Amino acid sequence: MENFTPISALIGGSLIGLAATLLLLLNGRIAGISGIVGGALKRPTGDTAWRWWFTAGLLITGVAALALSPVQPRTDFPLSMVAIAGFIVGVGTRLGSGCTSGHGVCGMARLSSRSIVATITFLITGMLTVALVTSHIEGF
Amino acid sequence: MLMQLGGLIAGVVFGAGLVISSMIDPRKVLAFLDVTGNWDPSLVLVLGAAVTVNFVGYRLVLRRSEPIFGDRFALPTRTDLDPRLIGGSALFGIGWGLAGYCPGPALVAIGTASLEAIVFCAALFAGFIAVDLADNFREAQKSPATDG
Repeated sequence: MENFTPISALIGGSLIGLAATLLLLLNGRIAGISGIVGGALKRPTGDTAWRWWFTAGLLITGVAALALSPVQPRTDFPLSMVAIAGFIVGVGTRLGSGCTSGHGVCGMARLSSRSIVATITFLITGMLTVALVTSHIEGF
Repeated sequence: MLMQLGGLIAGVVFGAGLVISSMIDPRKVLAFLDVTGNWDPSLVLVLGAAVTVNFVGYRLVLRRSEPIFGDRFALPTRTDLDPRLIGGSALFGIGWGLAGYCPGPALVAIGTASLEAIVFCAALFAGFIAVDLADNFREAQKSPATDG
């Protein structure tokens, strides 16, 4: 457990919760990233532009992080595995109507039974996948 | 226009939370999912803090009759546990565990010029589109297209 970082986890997590509350307060929307980004890709409606701005906000913080502190990217992990993972996450979050943010952060805060079941499900399959597959990949 | 400002503000705060908690580092996420290895429980605290703040925040916000910029509160209303929800979430967990990325952190990581994040997000969008195409195809099969 020498990698455990409780303080930054609590501060960062609180900011994520605050962001989700802000999106409901300001726009009346749920902060589910897969839903926001997926909706941005659909045919433009009055509900589209803010999704691009939310996504831009995420990208900006990445650029700021790079400028403020040197990020040491993972370079020894197979890119083919990353591509497969991305496709599976895309299909899974679309079918399951949400990811860690929509179900985990927002749905659980609303005590939604669908989101609680979804979160428990992806935590279990995520842990099983790491134990059975990913931990055996070179570069892990 | 104002909803775009709302989106930007929420996106920046959300991204800052992901950066500060190191959730944009896939190694940190995999260390959390690696319960049989050298387990890093940080993600439990990230999720716990986020849900706690949001639990209180949502209740305060929903005392209002409408949001500040948006026209109404758009909240999910479904309560049924269907195979699509459970199967989709199971698949998502598999993909999450394979590389250590979920959609939010991957988008922030693109800003850090991570090649992995760019590859992940391109494949992510392909996955979204694949499901939409399959859904559209099934809809078309169900109701034969009519002229006009």
